[in-house]
Amino acid sequence: MIVAIASGKGGTGKTTVAVNLARTLGAGVTLLDCDVEEPNAHLFLKGELSGSEVVSIPVPQVDPKLCDGCGECSRFCAYHALAGLGAAPLIFPELCHGCGGCAKVCPKCAISEAPHRIGVVETLKAGDLTLVQGRLDVGVAMSPPLIRAVKQRIPASGVAILDAPPGTSCPVVATLRGVDYVALVTEPTPFGLHDLTLAVDMVRALGVPFGVVVNRARAGDNCVNDYCGKENIPVLLEIPDDRQVAEVYSQGDLVVDRLPEYRKLFRSLWDKIMSLRALKGA
Amino acid sequence: MKVAFTTSGEDLSSPLDARFGRAAKFLVYDLEAGSFVIADNQQNLNAAQGAGIQAAQNVAKLGVEAVVTGHCGPKAFRVLTSAKIKIYNCAAATVAEALIQYRDGKLRQALDADVEGHWA
Repeated sequence: MIVAIASGKGGTGKTTVAVNLARTLGAGVTLLDCDVEEPNAHLFLKGELSGSEVVSIPVPQVDPKLCDGCGECSRFCAYHALAGLGAAPLIFPELCHGCGGCAKVCPKCAISEAPHRIGVVETLKAGDLTLVQGRLDVGVAMSPPLIRAVKQRIPASGVAILDAPPGTSCPVVATLRGVDYVALVTEPTPFGLHDLTLAVDMVRALGVPFGVVVNRARAGDNCVNDYCGKENIPVLLEIPDDRQVAEVYSQGDLVVDRLPEYRKLFRSLWDKIMSLRALKGA
Repeated sequence: MKVAFTTSGEDLSSPLDARFGRAAKFLVYDLEAGSFVIADNQQNLNAAQGAGIQAAQNVAKLGVEAVVTGHCGPKAFRVLTSAKIKIYNCAAATVAEALIQYRDGKLRQALDADVEGHWA
């Protein structure tokens, strides 16, 4: 069972929901932090590093002796990672998406591929939980290949919780593709609603079942609940606007550890997702 | 010899576009003939990335020996330099003013990119 915690707007509480849900479910759960540009689940699930692997993407290298400067490679590349000017092309590895198309279209077989490092995937043991996180190297702009490398560590069975990056662009799509359920975390404000509607459009396009978690419920207005009612979107959980939650969070602690009464709230989130899945599956 | 000026318009009185990669058009001026043609660069306006690289390839195909523009980023600079095209940064308001400055030798050749990549 793979559940992703996502949001349109940043700072709505994705990581709070992801880490507290993982802790509530307990032993055997794997939490995968897919926000590889700034992974932060490790601040709350403190653990010991048990493994680290370098992730690379294949980028082109050109043999100038074989290249006749025909320019097929640079015409093919949608990302302008190669610039052909009648001689061997210039290569911009930082723009390469690693598709390998340039090597395939080269009539002279002058292009081979060499690994270009983009980051690492780390595995941590945090009590009875496993935390997997990607760390994109500084200066690297392209996170989806690293996110896919993180997702390769999703266990074949059991529960995996994915903490998604914010927004609705490629890194989020790379995270949500193929998951069983998405919980969209939002706050009950016009900003929260605006970005929630973008996120809803995205998950609908991906065809993944989803529901909404309202964080800091009643801190704003009723716009999110009204929207969900109108759109037939299940509200999975409302987390109260509780100063204690903010204090615990600011100290890097887990809400469900310090305020045990919240355990049943996160447990109810999981139960609701399971029952909705069961309904859909029937 | 031909020189490319970045612009949003169609003639010499048009504004000089401060951006290279995402300029809408290039005004390609033939110094010997005293005439110009307009070359389109629209495909790059909405490019997610690599606009400077594509624009540099576009102007290289136009057979120009120099580019006069507001700013030039590092990737475009690498492609233009490799195509042996000289780059001149210029703050003139219009293409006509930039042309006068170029002709009078008032512009200095850029020896490096003057802005970071993804300068908007």
